[in-house]
Amino acid sequence: MFLNSLLTNFAALEVGQHLYWQIGNIRLHGQVFLTSWILLGALLVFISLGTKKMENDPKGLQNLLEFLWDYIRDLARTQIGEKVYRDWMPFIGTLFLFVFVSNWGGALIPWRLIKLPSGELGAPTADINTTIALALLVSLSYFYAGLSNKGWRYFEYYVHPTPIMLPFKILEDFTKPLSLSFRLFGNILADELVVGVLVFLVPLILPIPVMFLGLFTSAIQALIFATLAAYYIGEAVEEHH
Amino acid sequence: MLAFNFFGATEGGLFDINATLPLMAIQVVALTYILNSLFFKPVGNVVEKREKFVSNNIIEAKNKLSEVKKLEADLLTQLQSARTEAQRIVSEAENESDKLYKEALELANNEANASKEKARLEIENQTSAARDQLSKQADDLSELIVNRLILEK
Repeated sequence: MFLNSLLTNFAALEVGQHLYWQIGNIRLHGQVFLTSWILLGALLVFISLGTKKMENDPKGLQNLLEFLWDYIRDLARTQIGEKVYRDWMPFIGTLFLFVFVSNWGGALIPWRLIKLPSGELGAPTADINTTIALALLVSLSYFYAGLSNKGWRYFEYYVHPTPIMLPFKILEDFTKPLSLSFRLFGNILADELVVGVLVFLVPLILPIPVMFLGLFTSAIQALIFATLAAYYIGEAVEEHH
Repeated sequence: MLAFNFFGATEGGLFDINATLPLMAIQVVALTYILNSLFFKPVGNVVEKREKFVSNNIIEAKNKLSEVKKLEADLLTQLQSARTEAQRIVSEAENESDKLYKEALELANNEANASKEKARLEIENQTSAARDQLSKQADDLSELIVNRLILEK
């Protein structure tokens, strides 16, 4: 109890408090949707501007978007394989862009200046609901990818190379979304907390290197999430011989 | 609902899982479709079109290069054969002129020899004629001298 009150008061952070939206019987974390809409709106505007006038000789924003596209294609192609990477590239790319924009948006924009009645705005990926949603989508995707590509032969994967692997492979289906969601959630929340505490304690210079470290972590986490998602899908569609 | 009381928050907490989860999932799926039609498809089309264009150009350039190399080799062999042909013609002409020169020289030599011989023969004839005449005159003179000597006696 003492530790709890110390943490909440000392850090002056509103940890675990949410802006609740009540729609009928369901309750939503409003701050997550607000920040995600702002950030995704910015992303969509950016992309619309970049793809408005596509030329064969790319300039400016189009160049940047093509670089991004190429980066995502390479990621998907190396993890999923030449045969089916095309089907999954939009999903992997969306995961990457969503996580990246959420992480960086949460770290770069001074959300704290906007006061909410309860809770505070921040990276949407610092909310466990978002990361679990993403992780479950990845789980559904690799099941769908495996079943649609190989049919029932997908389940050969569970006894490959020996049937001894069966319990471990089944366990993996649970640990994969768990580790995906908690890794992202933990990293981003920890980064926000560290920066918040440091800003509260020493509001000069000192938090700046930690903020840069946070930007680095944010980018790395987006890459890790997208890479792992692609790897799981690649594992599901891989042909064993 | 899985609602842990974490960090002393009166409601919610860090692990407060509620309808945000499925709605966020739907939002991400919708975002996937939006980004696919706004970003991945158009950019992919442009990039892949350009990649095709570049690879086609490379293939074309390679074909042209090999053609050029073939033509170059062709030209080289033609040049070689022309060179040997020219050499052959030059040496033939040299032989010919050499032959002509030798013939002309021999002819001139023969002619010169012949005229020399003729001149020699003429000189000899004249000399013998002169000698004959001289000896005849000497004979006449000696006869005259003899006659005079005899008459005086």
